[in-house]
Amino acid sequence: MNRDQIKSVVLSELYSIAPELEDEDIATNTAFRDQFDFDSMDFLNFVIGLHETLKIDIPESDYPKLLSLSGCIAYLESKDLPG
Amino acid sequence: MTEFLMPSLGADMEAATVVEWRVKPGDAVKRGDIVAAVETDKGIIDIEVFEEGILQQILVPVGEKVSVGAVLAIFNGADQKSSKPPADPVEKEQPKPVPEPTQADQNAVPTPTAEKSTQRISPAAKKRAKALSVDLANVKGTGAQGAITTADVEQAAGNAKPDAMRQAIASAMSRSKQEIPHYYLATTVDMTDTLDWLAEKNASLPVQARRVYAVLLIKAVALALVEVPELNGYWVDGQFESSDQVNVGMAISLRQGGLIAPALHDVQGKTLDTLMAEFRDLVNRARAGRVSRAEFTEASVTVSSLGEQGVEMMYSIIHPPQVAIVSFGSVIERPWCVDGAVVPRKLMNVSLAADHRASDGHRGALFLNHVSQYLQQPELL
Repeated sequence: MNRDQIKSVVLSELYSIAPELEDEDIATNTAFRDQFDFDSMDFLNFVIGLHETLKIDIPESDYPKLLSLSGCIAYLESKDLPG
Repeated sequence: MTEFLMPSLGADMEAATVVEWRVKPGDAVKRGDIVAAVETDKGIIDIEVFEEGILQQILVPVGEKVSVGAVLAIFNGADQKSSKPPADPVEKEQPKPVPEPTQADQNAVPTPTAEKSTQRISPAAKKRAKALSVDLANVKGTGAQGAITTADVEQAAGNAKPDAMRQAIASAMSRSKQEIPHYYLATTVDMTDTLDWLAEKNASLPVQARRVYAVLLIKAVALALVEVPELNGYWVDGQFESSDQVNVGMAISLRQGGLIAPALHDVQGKTLDTLMAEFRDLVNRARAGRVSRAEFTEASVTVSSLGEQGVEMMYSIIHPPQVAIVSFGSVIERPWCVDGAVVPRKLMNVSLAADHRASDGHRGALFLNHVSQYLQQPELL
């Protein structure tokens, strides 16, 4: 799975939790919760969404790597996901 | 024959709009079945029946706003199950529905369906409309070239009404500060070992089954309330009525602004796993604008947390007719004395605002001590 495909999966999971984001720009390097309403329950739903869509295990100790868009992309690229 | 009435969903509610009927004439219902949804200032609430029976007639169609106590529908009692509603001569004398049927139909579908096919709509808005059961024919688009946006859908779902919600919050909080003599207590809890315990438990669980630490807070509050019951219940007609169950109202902020505090029921008797599943479901439904009447009206205490915003301490306002609200600040690593040495620990403030008519500070302090002890012995939760 390439970078663009990963980005599009991440964004679509974000939109399913916070539909109002679809019309907005999401800063790449800023943590989600510092730029829009995104609490721990939203984050949990987001991680569950990634887990279910990409069929990967995400241990809780990796959560800090998933706090921003660039973090998510780098983390998921390292997982070498099939396209 | 029983009349099914518009319930009161809070002291401030005068009327609500029927937005959905889930049953049709001839359908059998049992106690507790959700039969309709109504829209109030605080969102859409599912309402249930309290008796078994068969729906004979719907008197208030979708789209109509009626006062609390208005007859929404007529049910036949369980003993009349076998009789077909139209064949029963007594039932023929039932009053006609107040609105004319044609007018009711117009209320339900105000926009001609022909406009639907040419309507522009974003995929997200379409998805949202499906999730919220919004008929797109009823939605006015405000996006580019009249496209329907997610905001339009939420508006149509009665989901984005900051003004009405603001009014409802203003009214409840003003009443609280005018009527309730609050007292406030606070303490600091060392959460280090408990959070380690939680991380260790979560490490072996699949992502869907992992617990967030808020669930520990909710359960600790419920167990402590069992030991200090004068903080759990309602102040009604000049006296305190304790609640047998601990129904914890969870203050949940909504995306479009405002907040609601629907309840998790009977928390003291539930496992952390059950609570986690129910908590997640409740938050998701509250944000989608769907909670039940029981969740909306039966909280016996409220729990609030602004910890995620980095707030260290909250001094909350009691939600009448409840008599207490428990608030948690964020977990922060700080120097702390343990066994005579200063060490870094993960600390969290917890505060209690309680109604001095129903309890005294001495009992409130005991309650906070219990909360603190439970939080430091998570195996008891």
